[in-house]
Amino acid sequence: MTNASAIVTEALRKEYGRNVAVADLTLNVPRGEIFGFLGPNGAGKSTSVKMLLGLVQATSGQAQVLGTRPGTPTTMRQIGFLPEHFRFPEWLQAGELLDLHGRLAGLDRATRRRRSAEVLELVGLSEQRTRPLSGFSKGMLQRIGLAQALLAQPALVFLDEPSSALDPFGRMLVREIIRTLKKQGTTVFLNSHLLGEVEATCDRVAFIKQGRVLHTMPLDASNTTQLVVELRVGDASPALLTMLEQFTGNAVRIQPPNIATIPTNGTTTLELLLADPAQLPTLAHHVIAHGAHLYALTPRRTSLEERFLEIVGNTDSGQ
Amino acid sequence: MQIVATLTWLTFHEARRRRMVVAALLLGGLFVGLYWLGLQAIVNELNTNDVSFLVRQGAYNFLVVAALYVVHFLTVMLSIFASVDAISGEIATHTIHTIATRPIRRWQIVLGKWLGYVLMVTLYLVLLCGGIFAVSWLAAGYLPPNPITAVGLLILEAIVLLSLSLLLGTQFSTLTNGVVLFMLYGLAFVGAWVEQIGAFLQSSAAIRIGIISSLLMPVESLWRRAAYLMQPPLANAVPTPFTSASLPSTAMVVYAIGYALLALLLALRVFGRRDL
Repeated sequence: MTNASAIVTEALRKEYGRNVAVADLTLNVPRGEIFGFLGPNGAGKSTSVKMLLGLVQATSGQAQVLGTRPGTPTTMRQIGFLPEHFRFPEWLQAGELLDLHGRLAGLDRATRRRRSAEVLELVGLSEQRTRPLSGFSKGMLQRIGLAQALLAQPALVFLDEPSSALDPFGRMLVREIIRTLKKQGTTVFLNSHLLGEVEATCDRVAFIKQGRVLHTMPLDASNTTQLVVELRVGDASPALLTMLEQFTGNAVRIQPPNIATIPTNGTTTLELLLADPAQLPTLAHHVIAHGAHLYALTPRRTSLEERFLEIVGNTDSGQ
Repeated sequence: MQIVATLTWLTFHEARRRRMVVAALLLGGLFVGLYWLGLQAIVNELNTNDVSFLVRQGAYNFLVVAALYVVHFLTVMLSIFASVDAISGEIATHTIHTIATRPIRRWQIVLGKWLGYVLMVTLYLVLLCGGIFAVSWLAAGYLPPNPITAVGLLILEAIVLLSLSLLLGTQFSTLTNGVVLFMLYGLAFVGAWVEQIGAFLQSSAAIRIGIISSLLMPVESLWRRAAYLMQPPLANAVPTPFTSASLPSTAMVVYAIGYALLALLLALRVFGRRDL
């Protein structure tokens, strides 16, 4: 376990009686990374976050957050948290809530005042400082929750579904805030169902199902993730298909499914996976060399949603 | 300590914002005011009739103890209602998540709340009992014996209930907590009467039942001791709802202090270990 890691876990497990909420969480999140934590409902995402925050005691396994045990005051001094259920004492005014959290975080009066104003401005609630939270909409409560999480300038921020109650403006704001946090070197642990949000902000994602990390992968643009290539060809032959499968090393999806039934002047749509965009010209060359007519060759990056369904499985857990 | 003080302040602030303070002060003022009017009317009545000093003192004493009985009842209600939701409510609504993830220890949350409620109820009891004693002194020139000890015992009642309520709140839902507290109080209330009647009938089994119920919830015994201490020896010899045939001993007071302390310490410990 190195100090360069913000979060390190080893076979972290949580059981509630017979029910296993998290089976085996093994993670390593380097400092400064924007880390996406993806999985279907009931996969154990929130329980994992709660274990990393010391809200829930792990049944077994190891965890280190910012180099120490989760949940200790020393660790928590450097952590910000926006919970999935963002509820606050509604009889407090927005400014009072931030002042309370500033006090609990050990900030002095001047810092509390300055930071409260800054984070209220950041989430667009400056005008609402003296308004009681009882009059806040769900979206506004999520914004004030975000402000509360960032108040003490944490080194590590846990955001559990930070945009669940936000309108498109709010969602854009969250993305912008996450990007700013990245520039400042803050580590962000993002639980989100909004795969677009994850795709737009995260450096790396982990897919979790039934409390196990199934796969982690980097998301940065320079990384050559698999490419889906859609080909529309005329006069496709079974030989072309064999060639394509050998070339890509993967099965090729065909539409219509039976190549023998295609009329000679009809077109076939083929979908295949390429490991590297550099293979694209050779692919085109092979298609033409096989005597097929190439109408279209459309490469597209695999969307996170497709990867999600591929890795996690596309059966809805119903939870 | 600053964290505990912040959370204590928060409890006060909540009571103020939710208008609990205004409501309690207004109604408390109304109660003392009505008591004043009633007492004044009785004083005037007794003055016009030629009533002996002893009877007069007996009547005043009965009235003060009766008023304090209402305060005792209010103490029970107030302590339970104010605190029953304090921990379990915050767990149920998840409000606790952002508080508990600050650089603080969990026990500080419980201690801060406990101090807040104890101070609040103590302040209220001092004001209310002080008001009753002042009215009695001003209207009738009468003060019962041991007024300060009596108020102290009422405060101890509140502390016992608040500590137990916070302890139960760390484990049970608000509703369960409330049901358990009221059932325990009901048990102690009935047990106290069983003990009294048993003492008159010299039934040791009945007395034992009463003592066991007091051990489970010592609040009613504290009240009976307070009532006993506020009555002159002669009045205690005459059976009224406030006299005790079987007087709770100082050991029961020590037990109640230990009970409250243990409940508080358990609450601090249990809340520190539970999953939120």
